[in-house]
Amino acid sequence: MSDETTVKRQAIAASTSPAIELKGISKAFGPVQANKDISIRVMPGTIHGIIGENGAGKSTLMSILYGFYKADKGEVWINGSKTEIPDSQAAIAAGIGMVFQHFKLVENFTVLENIILGAEDGRLLKPSLAKARRTLVELANDYGLNVDPDALIQDIGVGMQQRVEILKALYRQADILILDEPTGVLTPAEADQLFRILDRLKSEGKTIILITHKLREIMETTDTVSVMRRGEMTATVKTAETSPAELAELMVGRKVLLRVDKKPATLGEVVLDIKGLKVVDDKGVERLRGIDLQVRAGEVLGIAGVAGNGQSELLEVLGGYADGTGEVRLNGAPLDLTGRLSDGQSRRNRGIAHVPEDRQREGLIMEYQAWENTAFGYHHDSEYRAGLLMNNAAIREDTAEKMERFDVRPPNPKLAAKNFSGGNQQKIVLAREIERNPDLLLIGQPTRGVDIGAIEFIHQQIVALRDQGKAILLVSVELEEILALSDRIAVMFDGQVMGERQPDQTDEKELGLLMAGITDTGAATAAKGT
Amino acid sequence: MDVMPKWAEVVLVPLISLLLAGIISALVVLAIGEDPVAAAKLMVSGALGSTYGWGYTLYYATNFMFTGLAVAIAFHARLFNIGGEGQAMLGGLGVALACLYIPWPHWSLALVGAAVMAGLFGAIWAAIPAWLQAKRGSHIVITTIMFNFIAAALLNYTLVNMLRPKGSMDPATARFSEATNLPTLHDLLSPLGIAFSKAAPANISLLVAIAACFGLWLLIWRTRLGYEIRAYGYSESAAKYAGISPVKITMVAMIISGALAGLMAINNVMGEAERLVLNSTEGAGFIGIAVALMGRSHPLGVFIAAILFGFLYQGGAELALWTSIPRELIVVIQALVILFTGALDNMVRMPLEKLFLARRRARVAKEGAAN
Repeated sequence: MSDETTVKRQAIAASTSPAIELKGISKAFGPVQANKDISIRVMPGTIHGIIGENGAGKSTLMSILYGFYKADKGEVWINGSKTEIPDSQAAIAAGIGMVFQHFKLVENFTVLENIILGAEDGRLLKPSLAKARRTLVELANDYGLNVDPDALIQDIGVGMQQRVEILKALYRQADILILDEPTGVLTPAEADQLFRILDRLKSEGKTIILITHKLREIMETTDTVSVMRRGEMTATVKTAETSPAELAELMVGRKVLLRVDKKPATLGEVVLDIKGLKVVDDKGVERLRGIDLQVRAGEVLGIAGVAGNGQSELLEVLGGYADGTGEVRLNGAPLDLTGRLSDGQSRRNRGIAHVPEDRQREGLIMEYQAWENTAFGYHHDSEYRAGLLMNNAAIREDTAEKMERFDVRPPNPKLAAKNFSGGNQQKIVLAREIERNPDLLLIGQPTRGVDIGAIEFIHQQIVALRDQGKAILLVSVELEEILALSDRIAVMFDGQVMGERQPDQTDEKELGLLMAGITDTGAATAAKGT
Repeated sequence: MDVMPKWAEVVLVPLISLLLAGIISALVVLAIGEDPVAAAKLMVSGALGSTYGWGYTLYYATNFMFTGLAVAIAFHARLFNIGGEGQAMLGGLGVALACLYIPWPHWSLALVGAAVMAGLFGAIWAAIPAWLQAKRGSHIVITTIMFNFIAAALLNYTLVNMLRPKGSMDPATARFSEATNLPTLHDLLSPLGIAFSKAAPANISLLVAIAACFGLWLLIWRTRLGYEIRAYGYSESAAKYAGISPVKITMVAMIISGALAGLMAINNVMGEAERLVLNSTEGAGFIGIAVALMGRSHPLGVFIAAILFGFLYQGGAELALWTSIPRELIVVIQALVILFTGALDNMVRMPLEKLFLARRRARVAKEGAAN
C-alpha cells in the first residue's frame, strides 16, 4: 500500500462527516414522483446497500448523484461540504465513480484505451497511455484488480469488463463508487469475485454504494442498507441487525413468502422432445449448437444460464419467430422449424403458449389497451371474431374476467399496457397465455422487473399449471427462481446444454460452475481451492 | 396516465397551431404592405362565401382526403409513404385507360370501373417499394420518393408517345366520352331543391372519399387486419412474437395506401379534367402528408384537415386573383400551416402538457390539503 493511501485513510478516519449526504431530494417525471424527500447518509469506508423493487426510484436517486438528472428539491453534501452536481464531469471531480448496469465500453478498443477514454491529457495519445499503464499496475497491486491492459474488450468476459469499469472510475480518482445492479450479468462465481474486490476496496478506504434488488447480496456484502419503496426511503438499518424477511417486508410493505410450496411432480408423457436443435443468427453465429432436451407433462424444466448463452434463441425458435434446424416433436408430431407452419400463429394452434422474456418488446404492445393485449396473438380465434370484424365487446368482457382471476390492478380493460406496473403487465401476459390451456408453456424470465408481491403470485400460477399436468419450459437467469420452481434443471452455456441436475441434489455453486462452462465440477472445485 | 385530456389533444393542439400559423402569415402579409384582415376576409369569402367557392374547396378537399388517408394507413404500420404523388399519377393513367378504351353504358359503371383501375394502378406503384422494403431492406422513404420521379417520367412518355391523339400538340389524352362524365354536386343537389354552382368541379367523388374515410376507420379499428397493422406499427418485435408477418403487413398496408392515393384520380382526372394531362396531381400527394399529420392519422382527422387544406387552396387562389399578393406568398402561407400543424407539433404540445400537469398538481395538492 502506498503512503498516500495511508494518509488518506487517516484523514477519512479523523473526519466524522459522511462521504455522501443527501438531504430532502425530490424528483418528479411528469405526474410520476420518482423520489420523494429522500435523505440518506453514507459513512466513508463502508458498503452501503440500496434495495428496492423495480421502479422504487433507486436508479433515479443515483442518477441525481451522478449529475444525469437535476433534483427538483434537496441538497447533496460530499465529505461535509455542500456540492452542486450539474453534470457527470462535476460528479467525477467530486470523486464519484459510477459502474452502470450496462457497461459503457468501446468493444474494439483495448482495456487501456477504454480506461483513458475521456481522460486523455494532451494532444498525443502515447504519453497518456504510458501514464495509464503505470497507474493501472499500481491499482492492480493496491486492489487486486488484475486485467490485461492490451486485451480488446470484445475478447474478455463480462466479469473482466466490469473490472475495467471499476478501474475506469478508480483511474479518475473516485473515492465513492456507485454500482448499479452489478451482478445481473454475472455467474455466481463472478459475483463472488466482485464482492471480494468490493471488500478490498472498502478496506482501502473507498466508499461503495451498491444498488440491487437481490436480498442475498445485501445480506452478504453491505454494512448498512437503505430500503426504498415507491420513491420513498422507508428505512435505513445496519445489515447485521436485520434479516431478509424483514427487508422484503420493508420493500413490499407487507409480509411475503420467500419460498414456493409445491407437491412432488407426477410425470406424464413426453410433450416436448428436442433433438440436435441448432439456430444460426443473421450474423452467421451459431447460437444453439445442437440441443437435446425433453419436457414431460406435469413437470417444470428449468433452463439455467447466464443471459446470452442461447436461452433466448431456444424460446424464439420454439415460439415460432426464429428459424432452426434439427428435430423438435410436440406430443410425438414434428414441429415445422423453417417452413410456412413455423410462425407464432401455428405454434399457438399446436398448443404452445409463450410468455416471452421481454414483455415490453415482445409480449405486449405498450400502446394497446389491456383488452387489445389480451387478444394479442389469439386475435384470429373464433370467440374473438364477429364476421370480418373483431368482437371487441367479447374481448373486453373476457379481459375483465381474466384481470379479476389474475388480480391485475387496476382491473380496467381500457387502460393502456404502458400504464400498468411491471408486475401487472406480466400478469396480463400470463393470464392470456395460461388461460388458453396450453399443452406446453414456454416462459422466460417470469419475474424480471416484477415486485416481490407479484412474484409470489406468478410462481403459484406456474406451479398450478404444472399440477394440471402441463409441460413447462422455464428460462430464468435468477438461479433462486430456477431452484425453487424446477423439477429438473438443465444448464446452458455457449449454445449447449452442459448437463442436467435434480434441484434437490445440487446447489448454486455446482450450477454456477456449469453456467461458466465447467462440466467436471468436482475437479474444478478442487482446482479453485488451491 | 395520459398527460392531457383527450379534447385538448385532438382539438386544442391543432387549433393553437393553426392560430400561430395564422398570426405569422398575417405578419408576412403585413410585411409586404398588404392588409392581413382584408386578405383573410377575401380568403374566407372566396372559399366559403358562395356555393362556387365551396365547390372548389370541396373539390380540393376530395383530393386531399384520398392522399391523406393513403399516408395515414401507412403511418399506422409505421411506414412513411411519400409516394402518394406518383401513385396518384399512376391512378390517373388507370382512369384514362379505363375511360378511353372501354365503352361504358352509364357513368355509375364507369365510376366503378375507373375506381378499380385507379386503385389497382396506384396499388401496384406502391407495391414495388413495399416489396423492396420487406424483402430487400431498401428504405421506403427513399424508394417512394424515387418512384414519384419514375411515375412522372412514365406519364410523360405515355402521354407524349402513346396516348396523345394524332396531330395534337398538347401532351394530354383525348377528352373522355360523355358517358364517363361524373355528376357534379350541382347535378346531385338540384333534384333535392338545393341550388349549387354549376361551374364548380366538386363531384360525386366527394361521397366516395367520405365513404373511404369511414371504410378506413372500420379497417383500422374494427378488423383483425387493422389490429395487426397497428400492432406491427407499434412494435415489430412484438408482432413477430404474435405471429404477425412483417412482410405481409408491409405489403398489405402499402397496397391499401397506394390504392387510396390512386383513387384520387377519379376526382381530378375523371371528375374534373375529363382527360389526363401532365402534372394532373398538382402536388396533392405531398399535401396528403400534411393532412395525415394534422389529422393524427385518424380518418375523421384526415377528413377535417382535408377540408381545411381545401379552404387554403381555394382561398389562396382567390387571393392571387384579386389582390397584388403574389402567388408565391400564398404558397408561403400554406407552407406555414403545414409547418405549424405538422412539423412543429411538439412546440405547442410541450408547453400545453406542462400547463395541464401544473393544473393537475395544484388540484392534487388542494385535495391533499383538504383531507
